[in-house]
Amino acid sequence: MLKDITLGQYFPGNSVIHRMDSRFKIVLDILYVVILFVADNYVSLAIAGIFIFMAYAVSEIKPVMMLKSLKPLMPLILFTAILNLFFVKGEGEPLVDWWIFHIYMEGISTAVFMIVRIVCLIIGMSLLTYTTSPIVLTDAIERLLSPLKKIRLPVHELAMMMTIALRFIPTLIEETDKIMSAQKARGADLDTGGLMKRAKALIPILIPLFVSAFKRANELAMAMECRCYKGGEGRTKLRQLKAQPFDYMIGLLMLTVLGFVIIDNVVF
Amino acid sequence: MNAVETRNLTYKYSIGTPFETTAVDDVSIVIEQGEFVGVIGHTGSGKSTFIQHLNGLLKQSSGEVLINERNIRDKNVNIKDIRFEAGLVFQYSEYQLFEETVYKDIAYGPKNMGLSEEEIDKRVRNAAIQMGLDHELLERSPFDLSGGQKRRVALAGVIAMEPKILILDEPAAGLDPSGRDKVLEEISGYHKNSGTTILLVSHSMEDIVKYANKVLVMNRGRLFCYESTDKVFSMSEELQEIGLDIPQITKLSHLLAEKGIDIGSDVYTVERAKERLLRKLKGNTNA
Repeated sequence: MLKDITLGQYFPGNSVIHRMDSRFKIVLDILYVVILFVADNYVSLAIAGIFIFMAYAVSEIKPVMMLKSLKPLMPLILFTAILNLFFVKGEGEPLVDWWIFHIYMEGISTAVFMIVRIVCLIIGMSLLTYTTSPIVLTDAIERLLSPLKKIRLPVHELAMMMTIALRFIPTLIEETDKIMSAQKARGADLDTGGLMKRAKALIPILIPLFVSAFKRANELAMAMECRCYKGGEGRTKLRQLKAQPFDYMIGLLMLTVLGFVIIDNVVF
Repeated sequence: MNAVETRNLTYKYSIGTPFETTAVDDVSIVIEQGEFVGVIGHTGSGKSTFIQHLNGLLKQSSGEVLINERNIRDKNVNIKDIRFEAGLVFQYSEYQLFEETVYKDIAYGPKNMGLSEEEIDKRVRNAAIQMGLDHELLERSPFDLSGGQKRRVALAGVIAMEPKILILDEPAAGLDPSGRDKVLEEISGYHKNSGTTILLVSHSMEDIVKYANKVLVMNRGRLFCYESTDKVFSMSEELQEIGLDIPQITKLSHLLAEKGIDIGSDVYTVERAKERLLRKLKGNTNA
C-alpha cells in the first residue's frame, strides 16, 4: 500500500550519462535551459531538441519515461499553448475570426514553439533525476554551493539534512504502515466518516509516528556524535567527484551549441 | 469448534512484476477453540504474513480464511467485527501507544467496538489486572513507563477487546529476561482464565515448549507441520534441516547420548531433564 510509493525517480544504470560527474550534470542542465531560452527560431530549437533526444538514447532510459515525466505538467503545457494560440496577434488576415477568438498564423507558430520548448525543458531536467541518485545529487549540490560558505551559509549542514531526510523516508513509510496495521487491529476506522472524523482517526497514527521519529532523531544524533561528527570542517568524502575527459567533452559540445544558437539568432 | 481455519491460503507480493514472490503458499489448517499454538519458522518463512490474514489486515491472493467458522471475506461479515474477534498484537507493540493515560490507551479498542462506558471501564480494569499492571499506573502517561510495562499496556489494549482468538507476534522480543518471563506468564495465565485460543509467534523454542500445547511450523511460506508440541520437537533433525533451533536442553541431551549417557530423546524442558538425570544417577548407584 504505502510501500508502493516510489521516491525520486532514479533508475540505476551504467550508461555514460549515469557515470558523468554529477556536478557537471547539474551545471550542464542549467546551461541547457539557457540554450532553450536563448533559442528563438526553429533551427536552434531543433538542435536543442535533437541534443536531448540523443542524450536519452545513450542514457539507456526507456523513451516511455519521457512521456511519464511530462504527464504531471500537461495542464501547464496546454495552458501556455492555448494562451499563445489565442492571444498572439499577427500581421495579415486571421485564420479564424469568430466572436472574441482570433487565431493568426503567428499564434499557431508560437504555440507550437512554446510546446516544444517546455517539453525539452521538462525532459531535460528529468534526465538529471533519472540518471543521478538523490544522495549523489545532494553531494553535488553541496560541492557546487560550497563557495557560499564564505558568506556563512551552512552548506554542509543543509546537505547533511537533505541526505538524512532522504535516507529516512522509506523507514518512516514502513513505520507508518506498521502503526496503521496495529491501530486497525484495534478497530481503527480510517476510511469512512466525514472530514472531522477522519482527521481525528489519524491521531492514533500520527502521535506514535512523531514519538518514534523524535526518538530516532535523538539516537541518530547520539550515534553521529559517538563517531566524532562535528560538522563539515575537514571532512573528506567517500565518493570523490572527479571530472572525466567525457564530462569536459560534453561541456564543450554544449558550449558550442550555445554559441551556434547565439550566432543563429544574430544572423537570422 | 474451529477457531481458525484456512483453506489453501496463498498470498503473493508484487503480482505481475519480476519481484513476484509467494509469501504464503497453499496453507490449509484447522485450529480448535482453546488451543495454545506456538508458531515457529525461520525468518522470512511467512509466519508474520500468515497471521496478518487471520484478522483481514492482508487480503489473500487465493484461498479462504474462516474465523469462528465464518468466512471473513463474506459480504455480510464486517471485517471490523473479525478484528475484535481475532485480536492481533504486533511485534514491538509498544509503538502503538498514543493516548495521554494508560487507561485511555487500553480503552481505545473497546471504544471502537462501541461499548457502553461501564462496560469499557470494566474491561479496561480487567485487562490491566490480567496483564499485571498496577491500579495506579492507569492514570500515568504510557510514555513514562518502562519497556516491559509499555509492552504489557499494549497487550492489555488488545485483551480489553476480549477477543476469542489472541494472536501474538513475538510478544517478548527485546525485553530483558524478567520482563520476558512476566509477559509470557501473564499471557499463559490469561489463556488459562479465559480459555482464549492463542497463537504465539516466537523464535525462542524454550518459550514454545513451556507454554504451547500445539506447534505450527512454517517453512518457505508452506505449512511444514501442525502437531502437538511433543511430536514436533521429537523431529529435531527435520527442524534443524529447515534452519530452526531446538531447545538447548534437548541439544544437551543429544550430546549426552553421544557420550553414552542416554536420558531419552524427548527431553524438551529443564524439569524433565533433571528428573531423568536424577533417575539415571540413582539407578547407577543402586546398581
